[in-house]
Amino acid sequence: MEIDIRLPIGFMFTLLGLLLVIFGLTTEGDPELYRRSLEINVNLWSGLLMLVFGGLMLLFGLRAKRSKTK
Amino acid sequence: MELSFTLGWIDYTIMIVYFAFVLGIGYALKRYMKSSSDFLTGGKSIPAWITGLAFISTNLGALEVMGMAASGAKYGMITTHFYWIGAIPAMIFLGLFMMPFYYGSKARSVPEYLKLRFDEKTRGFNAVSFAVMTIFASGISMYALAMLMETLLGWNFTLSIVISAMIVLVYTYLGGLKSAIYNEVLQFFLIVIGFLPLVFLGLLSIGGWDGLKTQLAEVAVSHGYAVGAWTETWRPVAHAADNPMGVEWFGIVMGLGFVLSFGYWCTNFLVVQRAMAAGSMSAARKTPLIGALPKMFIPFLVIVPGMIAIALTSNPDSGFALPLKGNGYDYDKVIPLMLGYYFPAGVLGLGLTALMASFMSGMAGNVTAFNTVWTYDIYQSYINPNKSDKHYLWMGQMATIFGVLVSIGAAYMAKLFNNVMDFLQLIFAFINAPLFATFLLGMFWRRTTGHGAFFGLLSGTTAAAIHHGLTQPAGATSLIKGGWLGMVVHQYPSEMAQNFWTAIFAFSTCLILTIIISLLTKQAKSKEELTGLVYSLTPRTKDDSKHWYQRPQVLAIIIGIIAVILSILFW
Repeated sequence: MEIDIRLPIGFMFTLLGLLLVIFGLTTEGDPELYRRSLEINVNLWSGLLMLVFGGLMLLFGLRAKRSKTK
Repeated sequence: MELSFTLGWIDYTIMIVYFAFVLGIGYALKRYMKSSSDFLTGGKSIPAWITGLAFISTNLGALEVMGMAASGAKYGMITTHFYWIGAIPAMIFLGLFMMPFYYGSKARSVPEYLKLRFDEKTRGFNAVSFAVMTIFASGISMYALAMLMETLLGWNFTLSIVISAMIVLVYTYLGGLKSAIYNEVLQFFLIVIGFLPLVFLGLLSIGGWDGLKTQLAEVAVSHGYAVGAWTETWRPVAHAADNPMGVEWFGIVMGLGFVLSFGYWCTNFLVVQRAMAAGSMSAARKTPLIGALPKMFIPFLVIVPGMIAIALTSNPDSGFALPLKGNGYDYDKVIPLMLGYYFPAGVLGLGLTALMASFMSGMAGNVTAFNTVWTYDIYQSYINPNKSDKHYLWMGQMATIFGVLVSIGAAYMAKLFNNVMDFLQLIFAFINAPLFATFLLGMFWRRTTGHGAFFGLLSGTTAAAIHHGLTQPAGATSLIKGGWLGMVVHQYPSEMAQNFWTAIFAFSTCLILTIIISLLTKQAKSKEELTGLVYSLTPRTKDDSKHWYQRPQVLAIIIGIIAVILSILFW
């Protein structure tokens, strides 16, 4: 049984994405922090992007695993 | 401009999560490392999409990321020639025409292929020079990262080196090539996602691509170049005087496109090793092709930030300025400065982690290539043959430790001597450029002999050295840049132009002399020995892809069309 690399990639990006989304939400509207990023909450958006990517990786990885065990 | 950041807890958390996953992958792969081939060649079992991403990720080291951004600032969009006319055609050629011989022969490394095709001395020459170069390359990238951590975060130089070296050592020691490849895929995605916000924010703040074009047109005109010198790819190279690189289309197509890029992508074991680790012939051939797809879009990630940096610098209201160094800007600082300029806490940690990831993938690539060449091509061939496979597995693991330790030494050497980096890049170019001529003749002309290959290669390297010794780029201050033979026959407008022509000279000399010497010497290899190694003596492989659109030829055509479209869009 080999390791499917999609699973660790999926886990890592989901975890980092969650971290950034939570950090982004708690700092929402902080003018000092987001002045340099043109008033855009880049933490929230990057976090969401990573969540989507991590989620897709997990989905594909888990689906492949399930079809193999069947 | 200030060049130091203070990181918050969120930034450190991101770094730590990343390191935990990197080490975890190495640890999880440990139990599969049962033979030397599991450890050194990945057991030839990895799917094509993974080897394909690892193929480009191992080249996306920190020096490459920072260097491409620096070239983007210095030369503009012309830098994309390294991709669209350089890497992409070379990767297509490797996948379609060269991979069948690498993967189909029983060779486990590029030097071993040279032994099977030619003779022992050609292999020895390549193995030793390659082993030395990889160690220095990984040491220098370690040095670059530690310097960066020191200036940006105020970390101790030695501590940065030890920590980063130990992490790379642990995951390559535990899981071998497979661990390096798996981590390269992880690192690839992290680099893309970490730098994406930088390009997005940069373009947004400058008024999009059109805004960038307008601002860079002013920069170009003020330097006396063509209006589109920084934002177009082919129009400015019609005449050497129109662009900051000072090269014309012939130097680009022949020097960069043909010799340098094919020499690097088709013969450097560092990248070829990734394709050789694939699970089947079809997967091996598709490795560089799958890698080429994302590779075409990497310029937008690493070159465009450099262009934005130069536009911001020329605008006094931006508050952003590249620091000065000598007569020009300190271009190598583009990426760290841009990260600090646009990124708040949070994504800043992500961006820095991406930079560290790129450094690690570059270093792990060198270490895993080194331990294979050392174990199979030097240790097993010359020092201690006929031992059990267990012994060579042990040797491979020892070589990994040894490689990392010596790289640390090389990193300190780079710290002591300012010019070590320039010097080594030079030697690397001397050795790589002629090698492609040797492979081209070796794979496609069965008459090529061992003596022809060896002496052709040697004279190609010598020709490169002589050309470099007799020419100089404009404004050269040290002999490392050329002219060390005491006489300057020709002066090039830039170092890049000099590089391209050095490569063209080295390649041509090797090609011509290999042909002449081969015709004068006897072919020592029999027809049977050359089967599988030379084009005319190898039966065509039938591709086992399920669907027609998965065939390497179809992929190659698709990639070629996209590359042409990109070139036309930015003509």
